[in-house]
Amino acid sequence: MLEFQHIHKTFHAGSATEVAALQDVTLKLDAGSYTILVGANGSGKSTLLNLIAGSIHPDRGSIRLNGREIQGLSDYRRSRWIARVFQNPLLGTAASLTVLDNFRMAALRGSPKWIQQGTGQAFLKEVRDKVSTLGMGLEDKLAQQMGTLSGGQRQALTLLMTVMADVDVLLLDEPSAALDPRSARMVMEIADRIVWENGLTAVLVTHNVSEALRYGTRLMQLENGRVIRDYDQQAKSELSQADVVSWFDYY
Amino acid sequence: MDFYVAAIIQAMCFGPLVIGLFLSMKIFNIPDITTDGSYTLGAVITAVGLANGFPAIVTLLLAMAGGALAGSCTALIHTRLRIHALLAGILVMTALYSVNLVLLGRSNVPLLGYTDLFSGFSVFTRSDHNTLSVLLIILVGLFIVMSYLLRSDFGIAMRATGDSEPMIRAQGVNTSLMKVYGLAIANALVACSGSLMAQFQGFTDINMGIGVVISGLGAVIIGDTAINFLKARTIPVMLICVLLGVVIFQTLLATALGLGVDANLLKLTTSVLVLLIVALPRMGGMLHA
Repeated sequence: MLEFQHIHKTFHAGSATEVAALQDVTLKLDAGSYTILVGANGSGKSTLLNLIAGSIHPDRGSIRLNGREIQGLSDYRRSRWIARVFQNPLLGTAASLTVLDNFRMAALRGSPKWIQQGTGQAFLKEVRDKVSTLGMGLEDKLAQQMGTLSGGQRQALTLLMTVMADVDVLLLDEPSAALDPRSARMVMEIADRIVWENGLTAVLVTHNVSEALRYGTRLMQLENGRVIRDYDQQAKSELSQADVVSWFDYY
Repeated sequence: MDFYVAAIIQAMCFGPLVIGLFLSMKIFNIPDITTDGSYTLGAVITAVGLANGFPAIVTLLLAMAGGALAGSCTALIHTRLRIHALLAGILVMTALYSVNLVLLGRSNVPLLGYTDLFSGFSVFTRSDHNTLSVLLIILVGLFIVMSYLLRSDFGIAMRATGDSEPMIRAQGVNTSLMKVYGLAIANALVACSGSLMAQFQGFTDINMGIGVVISGLGAVIIGDTAINFLKARTIPVMLICVLLGVVIFQTLLATALGLGVDANLLKLTTSVLVLLIVALPRMGGMLHA
């Protein structure tokens, strides 16, 4: 379970550009739940995701994962429990490394990287088997540099990399926003499959209303750093696209 | 002919340096100016070590440890104090000038009469051949070690740090620490070159590191051009390209001197040569456009 207790986060405090990004946010995300976050730009969605990932730290309040306080840990220390897919497909992978090398790093997430070579035949077979499940023919491109692949291919591989090592939480930061419609749909379907197959606690930030309704077990809207709407699976299933769009009408 | 043999030997002395620069500039994307200071530091520690009766191999290892310390300082200033890597390198390089002067005691120390790495190896009758053999052994050893290291899990993490910090941090790597390791290794290699050059030349001079980063950069750019031309993707081939780059660069410099360029204009010639190496492909592209 992922818990937020009275989380406050303000950027540029005390200056003319002060922004209260999150104000006294308290919420619980059950283990295995799939939460969709929607909200206008600047509503605090990305701040919430960054706080979970550890890219930034709260001014006040606590974040607990399975009972353990994690708000003081840096992002690389939290990575043993929390995986993340970035909006930009280029950020989640290292372009100059081969696909196999990228997967090697993912397989060692949260573990020390010693002076040993671990990309031998056994590992190659393991990765080939996993990548073939994508059905994109990428299992034949493991020796290629990641930079030679398309954004959609890289995002699909990034998703697969998140479950190369055991994790509890998967953060999806608009993973389809930079992709063409076909690739976007494919990536979202892969994400959905990975979340369910691995029983992950997932959080998806999206501006896409149809994605917000199609995926997940819970839907939240953030506004001015606060959670203003929170629908469980049953209530969410009764919402139409028009309902969700109407939440943004005053813009 | 001996003139060109000396150029090849000099290029081989620069071999560890260009691999170090390849590591800092191409793999970590950090313009590390510490190089000028850590190169001299390697030569200074060698002079002090030999003068105090240390075996040549021990002085070489001490020189590399000194270089690693200098590189760590630059990386710590950069990562802990969040100071731009270029400025951090300049600060450490400037500080090293005083450190080197204090360690050396004066601006120039001859090393004649001491048993160095090259004079201690006497398989061939010609000293040139002995020197070449020693350097070849060192470079082959270095090539094997670096080829292995950069393909290991640790090496992949280092390469990923220079490529995509968000990606490798998401895999649990402390990128700040990785930069410390990287610049420590890079400057240890640079200091190794300083030590080899001092032993080859037979003296250590406080100013011998001035502009050495430019010479190394020229070699790395030639190597990088070869890497792109060959579409080389494997680490061993990349290292070979970089090592060939330093041989080509030093041979070009020797050719310029052989054609009558005044030795006092060596640094100017080096800069112009590097400028040409950098600019020619761009000028070609502009003409094509």
